[in-house]
Order: sequence, then structure tokens, then C-alpha cells
Amino acid sequence: MNYVISDLCFFKDEMMETTNILYIGRHPEILETVIRLINANENWNGVGVMNDEEAKEIFLKKDFSIVLLGSGIQEESEAELCAFFKNKNPNIRIVQHYGGGSGLLKSEILLALGNTK
Amino acid sequence: MENTDKIIDGAITNSVLHKSNTRGHANHGWLESYHTFSFANYQNPERMNFGVLRVLNDDRVSQGMGFGKHPHDNMEIISIPLEGDLEHQDSMGNTTVIKEGDIQAMSAGTGIFHSEYNKNKDQLVKFLQIWIYPNKKNVTPRYDQITLDLNDRHNKLQQILSPNPEDEGVWIHQDAWFHIGKFDKDFSTSYELKKPGNGIYAFVLKGDFTIGNIALNERDGLGIWDTNTIKITANSANAEILLMEVPMQL
Repeated sequence: MNYVISDLCFFKDEMMETTNILYIGRHPEILETVIRLINANENWNGVGVMNDEEAKEIFLKKDFSIVLLGSGIQEESEAELCAFFKNKNPNIRIVQHYGGGSGLLKSEILLALGNTK
Repeated sequence: MENTDKIIDGAITNSVLHKSNTRGHANHGWLESYHTFSFANYQNPERMNFGVLRVLNDDRVSQGMGFGKHPHDNMEIISIPLEGDLEHQDSMGNTTVIKEGDIQAMSAGTGIFHSEYNKNKDQLVKFLQIWIYPNKKNVTPRYDQITLDLNDRHNKLQQILSPNPEDEGVWIHQDAWFHIGKFDKDFSTSYELKKPGNGIYAFVLKGDFTIGNIALNERDGLGIWDTNTIKITANSANAEILLMEVPMQL
């Protein structure tokens, strides 16, 4: 089968599709570390915020696949954020992230994406 | 990696066997690590956790090397040195050394930073890094370490961790109990689970054992659930085993 250059560019974009990940956490240094680790993967784009209003605002502006809930988020905030995200995007995957900037981050993201290879 | 877990039928049901040579392996030069459960670049959907036991890393750190300052949150982190000395520093102001016979527990809670280095320039350090999901999120971070009496585990199970600050060993924010036993050949004992619904994960530190009808060798792991008691027999001299009783649900 023959492909023209535009087809190949299309395939490349499809294969290299970026996954946008929103991380919310109250600890600035952990937030910075988690975002750095997410962005070390070429197909993942991490955005980190510390407060709920900012999280909601940015969620409406970008097409996120996963929301990671980090440390320090109290139950009421968590419930309100989850309801907001689900209301705006019923397919959003919301994951409780444990362990800070750790070896679990990749597992949690891959599991949420349904891809554990 | 091919999944080689075996569900055992027979005298023990509801169990999972992780042979030592089926664990994930990473060699970073300064750090050689065997992962019982998925961790970092080792991803195996069949090996994610055993109840709230999420990480069981069997680490060897080169002389003078170690884990630089890095953060954790919302995890109960237990370190058990098997050989050598680890130098610990953390954001709570602790600077300590843990050695064989000690156990260290950290509740990461709302967030901590720490580093762990091999203190010695002439000796490898070997230690177990164990992570347990907490039963309470966003707790105030805390650090604890104790020195255990190694004689207290000869032909008996020595409790080294519990959920209770007043009980033997260190404590964590989870309904988990850890014990270590060092047995003579053919010595047998039983372990009664402390809490209904909990499971137990046995990890062989040295030698050979039989639990129920299942033979275990060094660094094999066996998880058992839906049981109240297990029978353990040492099949070699100075055989050493770590038992981790943990809730099966987060």
C-alpha cells in the first residue's frame, strides 16, 4: 500500500496523540515533582494546580483525559471537584494519586488509560 | 513479562504465589531492585497489589550511593534493612541511621521529603522497601524507627509493626500487623490473623519454608486470603520469614 506524506503525518499525529493530565495537590514541591515526572513521558502533558477554582477553570479550557487527586485535598473539596469534572465530561477518569512523586505514578496513569503494557 | 502467578488449589485455597524469579527487576547501576508488584518501569497488571500492600521492593544499594531527596504523600512506608546501614534524612528534621535489626516507618500523609543513602563506603546495603495504602488520608507526617531484639524471633514470630502505638514494634495508619520469625529446621508454628477479612502475605527472607502445602524458597512471596490461620514450617536451618497481615480492601 502506498501512503502520501499527508497520510503519514496524520498517522504520526494519531499515534503520538498527547494525553493531557490534570494534577491537583496542595503541596507545591510535590506538585512540581509530579508534573516533572509526568512530562518526562513524551506523550503525556501534565498541568498542576493547587486550588480548586483554578482546577475548574483550566479543566474547561483543555481536553483532559485524567485528573489526578494528590495530597491535602479534603473530602468536601474532592466531592465537589469530582462532581464538577464528571458533569463537564462524563468520560473523565479521576484517580486518587498515592505516594507523591513515586514509582506508582506511571502505574496509576497507565491503569486509568487502560493500558498497562 | 509473562505472568507466572499461580492460583493454588489444595490444602490452601485463595492464594497467590509469586516465585522470586518472576519479580520485576531493575538495575540502575547504583541500585538493583526486585519488584514484587508493579513499580516504576515494571508494569504487570496481574501484579498490582495484595490488598493494601502496594509495594514490596527488594533493594541493594551500592557503597555510598542512595536515593536523593524526593517526596511522598499519603502512603505508609516501611523500610527493613537486611544487611548494612542506611542513612536517613527527612523534611521533619530527622537524621538517623538504620541498620540490620531496625525497622523504620514513615507516614507520608500531607507530604514529606526524604533521602536514604548507603552510609558505608565499603559495604552493600540490602533492604526491603514496603508501601502500604493508609486507612486515613492527609495525616500529619510522622517518622519512627526502633531497634528490635533479634533473639526475640528465634523459633517464634516477633511482632515488628501494628496499628497500635502502644503495641510491640512500630505503628502505621492501617490495620496491618508484620511479624518476622527465624526458625530452626523443621520448626513449625501457626499464625492467627488478628482481624477478620485481612489477608496475609508471606515473604521468605532466608531459607526454605512450607506454608500449608506450598513450598517456598528464598525471596518467594505467598499471599493468602479468606483464612483465619496459617501453618508455617521451616525446611532449612536459620530460615527467616516476614509475614505481613493486611486488609484486602482499601
